Amino acid sequence: MSEGTEQKINKQAGKQSNSKVIKKLVLVVFAMFGFGFALVPLYDVFCDITGLNGKTNSVGVAYVNNGVDTSRTIKVQFITRTAKGIPWQFEPVINEINVHPGEMKFVNFYAKNKSQRAIIGQAVPSVSPGLAAGYFQKIECFCFTQQPLQAGEEVEMGLQFYVDRDLPAEITTLTLSYTLYDISGKASS
Amino acid sequence: MTTETINESLVDDHHGDSHDHKMTGITRWLYTTNHKDIGTLYLWFSFIMLLTGGALAMVIRAELFQPGLQIVEPDFFNQLTTVHGLIMVFGAIMPAFTGFANWMLPMMIGAPDMALPRMNNWSFWILPFAFAILIGSFFMESGAPNFGWTFYAPLSTTYSNGSTAFFVFAVHIMGISSIMGAINIVVTIMNLRAPGMTYMKMPLFVWTFFITAYLLIAVMPVLAGVVTMLLTDTYFGTSFFDAAGGGDPVMFQHIFWFFGHPEVYIMILPAFGIVSTIIPAFSRKKLFGYSSMVYATSSIALLSFIVWAHHMFTTGMPLFGELFFMYCTMLIAVPTGVKVFNWVATMWRGSMSFETPMLFSIAFVILFTIGGFSGLMLALTPVDFQYHDTYFVVAHFHYVLVTGSLFSIYAGAYFWLPKWTGHMYNESLAKWHFWCSLISVNLLFFPMHFLGLAGMPRRIPDYALQFADFNKWVSIGGFAFGLSQLIFLAVVIKCIRGGEKAPAKPWDGAEGLEWTVASPAPYHTFSTPPNLDEVKS
Repeated sequence: MSEGTEQKINKQAGKQSNSKVIKKLVLVVFAMFGFGFALVPLYDVFCDITGLNGKTNSVGVAYVNNGVDTSRTIKVQFITRTAKGIPWQFEPVINEINVHPGEMKFVNFYAKNKSQRAIIGQAVPSVSPGLAAGYFQKIECFCFTQQPLQAGEEVEMGLQFYVDRDLPAEITTLTLSYTLYDISGKASS
Repeated sequence: MTTETINESLVDDHHGDSHDHKMTGITRWLYTTNHKDIGTLYLWFSFIMLLTGGALAMVIRAELFQPGLQIVEPDFFNQLTTVHGLIMVFGAIMPAFTGFANWMLPMMIGAPDMALPRMNNWSFWILPFAFAILIGSFFMESGAPNFGWTFYAPLSTTYSNGSTAFFVFAVHIMGISSIMGAINIVVTIMNLRAPGMTYMKMPLFVWTFFITAYLLIAVMPVLAGVVTMLLTDTYFGTSFFDAAGGGDPVMFQHIFWFFGHPEVYIMILPAFGIVSTIIPAFSRKKLFGYSSMVYATSSIALLSFIVWAHHMFTTGMPLFGELFFMYCTMLIAVPTGVKVFNWVATMWRGSMSFETPMLFSIAFVILFTIGGFSGLMLALTPVDFQYHDTYFVVAHFHYVLVTGSLFSIYAGAYFWLPKWTGHMYNESLAKWHFWCSLISVNLLFFPMHFLGLAGMPRRIPDYALQFADFNKWVSIGGFAFGLSQLIFLAVVIKCIRGGEKAPAKPWDGAEGLEWTVASPAPYHTFSTPPNLDEVKS
């Protein structure tokens, strides 16, 4: 069957030509390839809205004093871990602190580069339970910036935060976890 | 017009068709654009891959025969489980279905060939290269991929053994092959149906491949995207899945399973099509509830896009997310149940006979339903926390993929072997294949349920002593099942070489255009479209 007759038959049957269908399908293929990548920013937006995965703010917020809710006490726990391959000592100075919602607190974390070379570290925070992440507000945090430490250098790094007054009533304990990564290779100067 | 005169006119067409004569030797297979040749290539390729992936599984079962480490190192064990999964999914099941599509779709809709024959050749011939890269990585310094067929980041990025690039390129090629195959199927079905064959008159087999092809076009590009991110994360310093750079490893699982869940329906919907063809033929009744089957298949395909996170209940989702994905997943049981009831209703009061294709189909209905029920158990969020990553999951997906997809492929192979080869297969040898497979496959996979419920984790080369007895039985079942598949090889080779001459329609209850052409099917069929009104008996 020649190309011409085939197209004629297709037209009679109300069908589209092969090339038209192929073009549409290839377009879908590229669109779905793009959709895979679009999921990356979409996922971030989704996490920001829902607090999924315990993501907290990565830029400092201004402290708004709406009064302190002294009727509630929230226990905030701090845990740290170092990722594979970074020879730092990294730990909270105090392991937990009690705060009232709306009250601003300041705590320190201790880090020491135990290796013989300069290393740039980056701490990544995560709050558990995830739904509380949106209510944990960091005003100032060492995790907003990179931490370059010379060989053997030690430092105390500050975290200033408050817990939002709108924190759901059933949540009484928050855990803030920091994981420290070696980003010397890919740090932006 | 009777069937025989149609056959003669088709044979005549073949002789008159001088522009495309069969080449001989290897070039016939390399350059072929004939849908039957390409279908044959796909089917042989997938069977070789089945034996290859099966051989890896034999080593896995030998290692797990008793507790402790005997045969392989844990790292090599991980490579075995990873490549076994990849080969079986992308090398055995999917190409086998593409082989069926190539062989049968044009003949079922009365088309002379697939719509895009040159692309068809290309989409098959890049596949062997993909698997050469994947399997070849076993012989490289880095070793084969060892991060599981689901290649979760950061296992496959930060902690990769160096095989990630080979893995990614192999998956890219497989994806391109699948996408081209799927586009071909869609265009063929849309444009080459014989006059008078409306969508709702298509055989259900054609419908299931039509829907599967759309699923492939929708999700294979997402797989290509996620492996590309993996590649750049590992080698080019991006941080899609690296928390240190602002990425998120859990996001990998979301993107992967957005592909991964429709993928499991890509591997089962064509099985539904095959079984829906065979059960009516051997029950000598029409398929019960044809249109409900079409709608059920479509709704399974649509639902498959909104259930992916049921693979990730233990990643710490909010309660709402867990409930949403749990209910959506359980909803899929409804259209699937419609299908199972329709198959049973088709058999109900039919004058049934039990040739090998029917035996495999009935085993499919029963055993796939068992796999479906364990899937329903896994869908329940609270209990999934117990079952997650245990042998219960292994039992579940082997019931749906081996006794589901693979059994349907065997059923289809026996059903159409007379049409493909022109000879009847040896029925008693085939029955041996069936009964050996049926008994051994249940010995192989059923105790895995108990192992999983008792807490044996998957993907670990060693286990606690209390699991020893069940594992021994599972391994014996595994070896027996592996050996049983060699019977199938013997049946097929015997059938190609000779045997009782097959008539155009060897099954008296079978329906469809493919039975109106001679056996073996002439190299060119339906060069002029058949007239449906005259063909229908």
